[in-house]
Amino acid sequence: MESEPLSLDELRATVRAFVAEEIDPHAEAWEEAQLFPAHTLFKKLGDRGLLGVGRDPRWGGLGLDFRYTVVMAEELGRCKTAAVAMAIGVQTDMCTPALANFGSDELREKYLVPAIAGDLVGCIGVSEPEAGSDVASIRTTAVKDGDDYVINGGKLWITNGIQADFMVCLANTETGPGVNPHNNKSLIVVPMNSPGVERAKKLHKLGMWASDTAQIFFDNVRVPQSHLIGVEGAGFLLQMLQFQDERLWGAANVVGSLDQLIADTIEQTRLRMAFGKPILHNQVVHHRLAELCTEIEALRALIWRTTEQLCAERRAGEVQASEQVVRLASMCKLKAGRLSREVADACLQYWGGMGFMWESPVARMFRDGRLVSIGGGADEVMLNIISKIDGTLPGRKEELQLLAKALGYEINKKKS
Amino acid sequence: MKIGVCLKQVPATDSPIKVKDAVSGVDLAAVKMVINPYDEFALEEALKLKDAGIATQVIVYTVGPADADARLKDAVARGADILVRIDDPGLAAADSLGFAKALAAAAKADGVGLILAGKQAVDTDNAQVPAMIAELLGWAQATECDKLEVAGGGFKAWVAAGGGTRDVLQGSLPAVISTDKGINSPRSPNIKGVMASKKAPVAVKDLAALGLSAGDVAAKVSLKAWGAPPPRPAGRILQGAPAQVAKELVGLLRSEAKVI
Repeated sequence: MESEPLSLDELRATVRAFVAEEIDPHAEAWEEAQLFPAHTLFKKLGDRGLLGVGRDPRWGGLGLDFRYTVVMAEELGRCKTAAVAMAIGVQTDMCTPALANFGSDELREKYLVPAIAGDLVGCIGVSEPEAGSDVASIRTTAVKDGDDYVINGGKLWITNGIQADFMVCLANTETGPGVNPHNNKSLIVVPMNSPGVERAKKLHKLGMWASDTAQIFFDNVRVPQSHLIGVEGAGFLLQMLQFQDERLWGAANVVGSLDQLIADTIEQTRLRMAFGKPILHNQVVHHRLAELCTEIEALRALIWRTTEQLCAERRAGEVQASEQVVRLASMCKLKAGRLSREVADACLQYWGGMGFMWESPVARMFRDGRLVSIGGGADEVMLNIISKIDGTLPGRKEELQLLAKALGYEINKKKS
Repeated sequence: MKIGVCLKQVPATDSPIKVKDAVSGVDLAAVKMVINPYDEFALEEALKLKDAGIATQVIVYTVGPADADARLKDAVARGADILVRIDDPGLAAADSLGFAKALAAAAKADGVGLILAGKQAVDTDNAQVPAMIAELLGWAQATECDKLEVAGGGFKAWVAAGGGTRDVLQGSLPAVISTDKGINSPRSPNIKGVMASKKAPVAVKDLAALGLSAGDVAAKVSLKAWGAPPPRPAGRILQGAPAQVAKELVGLLRSEAKVI
């Protein structure tokens, strides 16, 4: 078998070194400033070749399969500011996948190549005040006028929004009664310096402080129609196609951050004395940590099982992830959200008063990790997806079964 | 202009070093090997000169067995162009002069106009090879350089002159310059470079290929025995008025401990 172009461990070591050299020394200052210098940091990441791990070498990427993306997400999770890890993830795996996979060559040259090189900062514009996880309900519109789209509306909770040079924006390109909300949307690349784009405000959040999270308004923003990604009406589908990648990225990122939090907690409880012995020496503490480590390893195993299957499907030429991968990726995301909260809460308890201090790593994780159950599809959405695939979501199938039962028939009766 | 960089693999400074016995020397089996940190400064300086358009090619030389290839590949991942490993049974027991002869011959054959090397290797700490290469080639030299300018066929080198002072040396190329810490911050490998380095060829040359014989590199220094260094002596406490003690401490840190 031909040796791999790069081992997973080599990428892991490179990302770990980058975090140690370029992120962690600045983490406190960036958290304090509630902003990190995206252009400077992304340029450094681009110079190291780390912004296009999974992208085609034709556009400056490394052309490596999704396992490498998972490793990078996991290692970034170890950094001292989850906000910066998230911002990098938005650049590499949330705002660029559709552009990379379905954008025109012209669009890729103009936005993807500089995004991978670290010359441009991107953001993804999906969420709106009344449409977070419910993507189909967005209200932003893009109406054709001459050679342009004219965009109106607004986006909320946009990571990198203050500093971004471009947004991959989901907008309704068809409106009116009877329009199917799943095929009336399009993804359009919006240059953020376009007249009519207003970066209304940097939002004050519970956590993820170093991330610049913005509210954006579009007031008659004109964008050339050539900025459409793929075909008109495919926006919702394209967004759905990349959700598995995003969710796996997020879950792997959580695993890295939890590994680090457990390591920090072990160190802290070994040093912290109470009643004449280190806190760690209490059985309730080291047993609880062992239990949490077991949970984290179980999540890691689930992530890798899902990743291996996703990679196998992609090797076989599948563009769309199978239902099984969607199910598993949703489970990864769900478990990551739940575990973030559980581990942070348990660890914070053992840090005692120090854990209640704003700047302690455990307090930061307690705040930052809360987002995992909300962003990128809330826990409840994940539960719905899993239920739907498992056939337990009340819906047509169940209604039919009830009706059939009332009529004395049995649907899906196992063949004997 | 081609720049030659002399690179040695050494045990990582945080590796525990154990002497096997007085005859066979240090046990390197479980020791992590890295590029000599002072050579990393030399490599970085060469790459900077290449980035600035002053150098056209960076050729990295090492003397050693095949396991040194990993260190050479690391150099390619950072941006070096050509890798040369000098490997010959005749070099197994060579001393600094033997290594210098081999390196000088290789660099001369490749037509390099400037040789950069770390001021010393952190394993044996001899600090001899760069000066020997310069002498063998009859080139100008500047050792322990912490700032370098190369332009118009000449160089200007800022070198340690003891007691915290520096000399500024000017000379013409070709030259050999040995690098000290502070001259630059070595870059980390680019991941694309790491991928490309896997396929980078290493040219392996023996003494005959360099026009040398085993006799030419035979050791002039003989090694009598290996042993662990004596235990670290107890610390010293300076007594006196704070202002006087501070002055004395700075002087000792500079001249004796050599940490500032």
